[in-house]
Amino acid sequence: MPQRDIEIILMRQLASYLIVPIFVVDTEGVMLFYNEPAEALLGRQFDEAGEMPMREWTTIFQPRDENNAPLPPDGLPLVIALRRRVPAQRRIRITGLDGVARHLEIVAFPLQGQGNRMLGAAAMFWEVDSKQ
Amino acid sequence: MNITLWGTRGSLPSAGPDTVRYGGNTSCVEVRSEDGTLVVLDAGTGIRRLNATVEPELKRVYILLTHLHMDHIQGFGFFGPLFRPDLEVHVFGPPSTTHDLRTRLTKYLSPPLFPVRLRDLPARLALHDVPLGGFEVDGLHVDCNLVTHPGPTVGYRLTERGRTLVYIPDHEPALGASHVPRSPQWTSGYDLAVGSDLLIHDSQYTMAEYAERAGWGHSAMQHAAAVAAMAGVKRLVTFHHDPTHSDDLLDNLVEELRGTSRLPFELTPGQEGMAFHLS
Ligand SMILES: [Zn+2]
Ligand SMILES: [Zn+2]
Repeated sequence: MPQRDIEIILMRQLASYLIVPIFVVDTEGVMLFYNEPAEALLGRQFDEAGEMPMREWTTIFQPRDENNAPLPPDGLPLVIALRRRVPAQRRIRITGLDGVARHLEIVAFPLQGQGNRMLGAAAMFWEVDSKQ
Repeated sequence: MNITLWGTRGSLPSAGPDTVRYGGNTSCVEVRSEDGTLVVLDAGTGIRRLNATVEPELKRVYILLTHLHMDHIQGFGFFGPLFRPDLEVHVFGPPSTTHDLRTRLTKYLSPPLFPVRLRDLPARLALHDVPLGGFEVDGLHVDCNLVTHPGPTVGYRLTERGRTLVYIPDHEPALGASHVPRSPQWTSGYDLAVGSDLLIHDSQYTMAEYAERAGWGHSAMQHAAAVAAMAGVKRLVTFHHDPTHSDDLLDNLVEELRGTSRLPFELTPGQEGMAFHLS
């Protein structure tokens, strides 16, 4: 397997230092990494989950919108950041792989390198109090 | 391909009685292809000694800069061929999102820091943002990729007739990694170094020094060895020695590394004036 782009390596390294949950995907949307704080919200350790194609991570957490209606992949901030190359933000509901429903605020942004190289995208997310 | 180390010191020129064997000049490596094409890797103070080897018939020179930290460009204005109007000098440097290479080099190569302006140099100077990926310089194939170091910084991989030299003088593959190397996919510099015959790599610190200076952009000798082992290189040349490291200390660090593990490559302590031949 070839080496990843340096910006993706640095993104993972930064994520591994932060207490904000972070999720990183490549240009195809393959989930490459999520950090330990993200493990707590997604309900599974990254080392167990491993890399995951986009069709899997966009459905496995059963994303739903604010009205609890199923959310198609195109409505997910990370997919928007990746496809449209713009930052995206939204509150969504998911069910972690530990079976626990959670209410998340997500901020996603594209990772673009020098020379306009598209490298992937990253999302930061927080659990929001459902009363908020 | 013939390779000569003209400057092996990192950060700051360090002349003195303690640095006689490893040398005090900063990063500069001469590469000659089989047909005599001259490629200069970085323009540290070692470049002054390279002047003597540049033959009067030479028509073209390539300077490949890994980045624009002072120790890698300080010798630039002292490179003799720049004062020869008959010579074409192609300078490659890492791309930046803000200023082009000329603007960034001019910050140093203009008064008051330097008396001569870049545009007043007699040679026919062409400045290029280095393409990330591959390109050709006469008979040599050059691959280039970004590596972990503060500010845009690249490493170079030069191939001729299937033999490969890799030059990564400033590199911190251990940044943020709990252990080094993690895996090829997640190791900065792996693609450049993989399977090379000769890897010239940052070996600035001891492990104790690295612990104090994580994030400064450099490697402990053990990190260089770990990358070399994972990438299956044939020979590792230590490089970019810390200005405070004496000849004796550098000897000891190399012996220590040889003693602690069976190295799957040849370990050569990089010393000024040392030459290698790849064929
Ligand atoms: Zn340096
Ligand atoms: Zn540097």
